[in-house]
Amino acid sequence: MSYKEILASYKDVPGGMIEAFHAIQGQYSYLPEETIIEAARVFNLPVAKAYEVATFYSMFSVNTRGKNVIRICESAPCHVAGAADVVAALERELGIKMGESTSDGKFALELTECVGQCQATPVITVNGKVYLDVTPAKIPDILAEYK
Amino acid sequence: MAEEIRIVLRNYGKIDPLKIDDYLAIGGYEALIKARSMDREELIEEVKKSKLRGRGGAGFNCGQKWAFAYGAQADQKYVVCNADEGEPGTYKDRIIMENDPHTLLEGMAICGYAIGANKGYIYCRGEYPQVTQILNTAIAQAKEKDVLRDFDIEVKSGAGAYVCGEETALIESIEGNRGEPRIRPPFPPVSGLWQKPTIVNNVETFANVPVIVDKGADYYASIGAPAYPGTKVVTLTGDVNNKTFFEVPTNTTIREVIFQFGGGIPGDRKFKAVQIGGNSGAFISADLLDTPIAFDAMTSIGSALGSGAIFVLDETRDIVDVITRVAKFFEDESCGKCAPCREGTARMYELMEKLNSGQGSANDIVLLNKLGRVMSYSCLCGLGQAAPTPVLTTIERFSADYNAKLM
Ligand SMILES: Cc1cc2nc3c(=O)[nH]c(=O)nc-3n(C[C@H](O)[C@H](O)[C@H](O)COP(=O)(O)O)c2cc1C
Ligand code: SF4
Ligand code: FES
Repeated sequence: MSYKEILASYKDVPGGMIEAFHAIQGQYSYLPEETIIEAARVFNLPVAKAYEVATFYSMFSVNTRGKNVIRICESAPCHVAGAADVVAALERELGIKMGESTSDGKFALELTECVGQCQATPVITVNGKVYLDVTPAKIPDILAEYK
Repeated sequence: MAEEIRIVLRNYGKIDPLKIDDYLAIGGYEALIKARSMDREELIEEVKKSKLRGRGGAGFNCGQKWAFAYGAQADQKYVVCNADEGEPGTYKDRIIMENDPHTLLEGMAICGYAIGANKGYIYCRGEYPQVTQILNTAIAQAKEKDVLRDFDIEVKSGAGAYVCGEETALIESIEGNRGEPRIRPPFPPVSGLWQKPTIVNNVETFANVPVIVDKGADYYASIGAPAYPGTKVVTLTGDVNNKTFFEVPTNTTIREVIFQFGGGIPGDRKFKAVQIGGNSGAFISADLLDTPIAFDAMTSIGSALGSGAIFVLDETRDIVDVITRVAKFFEDESCGKCAPCREGTARMYELMEKLNSGQGSANDIVLLNKLGRVMSYSCLCGLGQAAPTPVLTTIERFSADYNAKLM
């Protein structure tokens, strides 16, 4: 579906812009500028308002980013369980820093707060899929699933 | 010896959550039928009498809240379930929804009947896409069996903003806006979603309701602590052997939760501190471990039960380092609407980083105390008001950790 079709399908959903943005990101991994402008038109709002929404929520990105979004939980329970080691391993393995994307456009690295899987810390998610009890040693295998 | 009692998790592991027939076979949706045979006021009175209080953090009497929405005159009312669950160390609502989604739907439908609402929303955090699927399956099956009759339920997905757990921010987000808290009053039972009377209750709160209707208010009120009866689902994290969840009566003590259910601290290490209720909870030292996890008992020691997250630290942990992390959380999650919180959380994190890196002075601790006090009364919503609690309580109770890092 094109982004115009996606947006059109949420046109009559009250408060549907957030869901529409989720759907657009499912395809593009971020919210390209033209999709935000089109959202404002479809929902009959000023463009500023659509940008307000797009920039408020941490799961939305208005900048290009890698296709597979890796998020590392840095909340206190994951922090004391060694999240910093997982961060270092991911940065080393992908050759990028937190907040950056790989030059082949495959991966984006982001920090996140608690994702509600605190029974087995540290936790990371890749495109929403949860990985538990993550250690630096497990990182190459996890990345291989997306290569 | 304290024992687990399962009320909200009564069907955990006993049914296939994706099969409504399993739920119906063990008496599911009978409480809804019973509720609908009752007079609305009588039903609300029963919920009031059970003394069920909100499990989302504020501990407000559930029946009392419903009575406000029942009494409001409007052409449309809404029932909203708060499934935003963003509090670090908390995943109890996920456990309930993953294992017994119909209990939640049934509780919401009972509320809908009580207040006269025919539309419900579940606001489920964006980090739980699998839960959204389970809920949608359950809703489709309930429609097919027509158990909800004219009560319609829709799932709305969040997109990663802790503040959306605050009920008025949550309402803004359902409406498709930035999730910024509204100035209250008016409170949602009077003017909430699309300005209509709205009940916002937590997942765990709704999950208690079918049992109260089924077994009666007296049964429920007799469990746990008299002023905050029932059970609490707690989730244990940090330095504890059993990092898992338990449903315990509300008169269970913190010590029992950590050392009996949690199996104590790993290795030969000693207990140092526990934070209860999530990131904004107070840090509790060993001398207060015999406090029950009931709402008022926790408040009386300057703490809060909050979401029921229990984060344990052993003697090897550096409190200043942990608090620095917690302070960053609040800077990240402040919505920015009001200056005391937007600026305050940033300055608080800055000062904590300075102390944590060994560059802070005693004067920085004085500043933190002052800033924290101002934030606690000048911030617009609970996020900013409670953000200083972990900082202030550790400065008071774990001063040795701070002093050890001073320049
Ligand atoms: C910053 C902030 C975050 C909150 N997060 C949640 C949450 O994730 N889940 C929840 O049920 N309540 C949360 N609350 C409390 C809600 O505002 C509200 O009190 C609750 O949903 C009412 O339901 P209850 O009476 O059943 O507890 C939060 C409050 C604040 C101030
Ligand atoms: S206290 Fe913080 S989170 Fe709450 S409204 Fe103010 S800026 Fe937003
Ligand atoms: S603290 Fe990391 S998943 Fe909850």
